[in-house]
Amino acid sequence: MSTTTLEETVAAPAPAAEPPRRVRRRGERGPLGAALLHGGLAVASLVALAPVAWLCYLSLGPDKDDYLHPGRIAGKLSFSNYSFVLQHTGFFDWFKSTMIVAVGTTLIGVLVAATTGYAVSRMRFPGYKQLMWVLLLTQAFPIAILIVPMYQIFSDLGLIDTYWALIVINCTTAVPYSAWLLKGYFDTIPFEIDEAGRVDGLSPFGTFFRLILPLARPGLAVAAFYNFITAVGEVAFATTFMLDDSKYTFAVGLQTFVSEHDAQWNYMAATAVLIAIPVSAFFYLVQKNLVTGLTAGGTKG
Amino acid sequence: MTVAIDRATGKRRGDRAPRPGPAQRIRNGFQKYWYAYAMIAPVVVVLAGIVGYPLIRGVYLTLTDANSLNSARTIGVNHIAATYKFVGLDNYKDILFGPTAYDRFWSHFLWTVFWTAACVFLHYTIGLGLALMLNQKLRGRTFYRLVLVLPWAVPTFVTVFSWRIMLADSGVLNQVLHSLHLPQPQWLEDTFWQRFAAIMVNTWCGVPFMMLSLLGGLQSIDSTLYEAAEMDGASAWQRFRHVTLPGLRSVSSTVVLLGIIWTFNQFIIIFLLFGPTSAPDTQILVTWAYQLGFGQQPRDFAQSAAYGVLLLSILVVFTSFYFRWLKRNDQLAV
Repeated sequence: MSTTTLEETVAAPAPAAEPPRRVRRRGERGPLGAALLHGGLAVASLVALAPVAWLCYLSLGPDKDDYLHPGRIAGKLSFSNYSFVLQHTGFFDWFKSTMIVAVGTTLIGVLVAATTGYAVSRMRFPGYKQLMWVLLLTQAFPIAILIVPMYQIFSDLGLIDTYWALIVINCTTAVPYSAWLLKGYFDTIPFEIDEAGRVDGLSPFGTFFRLILPLARPGLAVAAFYNFITAVGEVAFATTFMLDDSKYTFAVGLQTFVSEHDAQWNYMAATAVLIAIPVSAFFYLVQKNLVTGLTAGGTKG
Repeated sequence: MTVAIDRATGKRRGDRAPRPGPAQRIRNGFQKYWYAYAMIAPVVVVLAGIVGYPLIRGVYLTLTDANSLNSARTIGVNHIAATYKFVGLDNYKDILFGPTAYDRFWSHFLWTVFWTAACVFLHYTIGLGLALMLNQKLRGRTFYRLVLVLPWAVPTFVTVFSWRIMLADSGVLNQVLHSLHLPQPQWLEDTFWQRFAAIMVNTWCGVPFMMLSLLGGLQSIDSTLYEAAEMDGASAWQRFRHVTLPGLRSVSSTVVLLGIIWTFNQFIIIFLLFGPTSAPDTQILVTWAYQLGFGQQPRDFAQSAAYGVLLLSILVVFTSFYFRWLKRNDQLAV
């Protein structure tokens, strides 16, 4: 839908421009309707916010058992959990590994997905249909079937416990969807632009790198976001493949606070908040493009 | 130059160029498409190497009796060669029809189907409801949207731990229920409530994706259609039924398929919510297969991979039926 954003801006002011004759659909909503609308959204927002807010609150309680008596925390708020986590755990090691894996996945994944997305958006070649099928089906691959042979292959290659193993694996899960998404986004860029580039003597690669990529920035941002989140949130492979605790990613490191014998929920909550802040910040940077980017892959156009 | 083969002729996207004859394809193939192939080469190489090869290897493993005791491994400096042997289809026979097959496979299978159906239904209906509300013109819309996507913005493994604290025996949820004089279920111990909790947490995590996708779909519906419907005297329900839902069809068919696939393979939530060892009855097939392959000693690689193959076959069969159904109704979005 090349015109998603455009229509959004056109559609929104249209009813407002009408004189208040209570004819328009959106003008019809009375005070009761508005209250219901706000009420519904407020309840939903509260549900969406509660677990996260609760985690932040618990992270301020200094003692291990405070989560059982949340009332007590309010009286003794402190940042001691945070200073403990930052000073006495492998937090910065985990941060480093997570960033290496996530940034590596994002860079490689977006580049690979963009070329593929462009190829399937602009060109029709033998094998096109099969490729689209493979891209879709790869998302249907349960980790259960891949994890055992991958473990054996990577240990044969000596890649267990290295960042490369995780980067490559995360790419395989993130790239197919990103390519699909970017294909939808490239479809919305008029192909006359390609033709203009061609007429001016650009090669197909030149058209792609100089004209299409800059135009597709919102789509790329969404793809980058998706890759980043996938890499940060990956649990199964990181748990299985990373053995050295200085190479744990956050997803693995966070599990170390909760073992069978002991649960340090207060430190875990503090770590979780520290993890959530940068990731969510990154999320909100690209969220403006999310709707456009996501539905570009979903609608026919 | 074939950058816009079917574009240059004025045909819109979605149509394929007329298929040339085989002789011509062989003659021109490489020169004509080499840059298309160059552009997809990285993906093809990576997928072939990292997905294709392990897949073949995995399928082979299912035909053996490999586990962590007879696989090749290195202990210290000693390298022990693999001693597992070929057993044919015994693993599948054992999983599907062997003794206690119901407890090991079918019960998990039924629960997985129910889990997928319930979660996707809840994702879609709640997501659609919120998208419809957000699509209204109202004050604070951006604020609501920012808050409502929060479950997606925060990494799932973080929020699952938060839920785990809240659902614990004397966690905040039970304390609230207690103060309201309502029964306090054992969320993380009792099988029924474990399942309930798993669906609840997954719904919470998955709604924002549906909401944003459907919101995008809603915004791309031509507003003149609503005006026309209104001129024809359509009620609010009729406008929803005959304008909104058909307008959302192509977005819906895509996100529902993605939702089904993702939920079917949803690993993190159940794995982290109940810890690696507890809750055997709440494991869906994916987590159950992981448990067989990595969560027990000796690790049963062959059975774990066999579960994976079964899972994949279920999804492939489902997806092809889904596509056939979509094609018949001409709702294909790909």
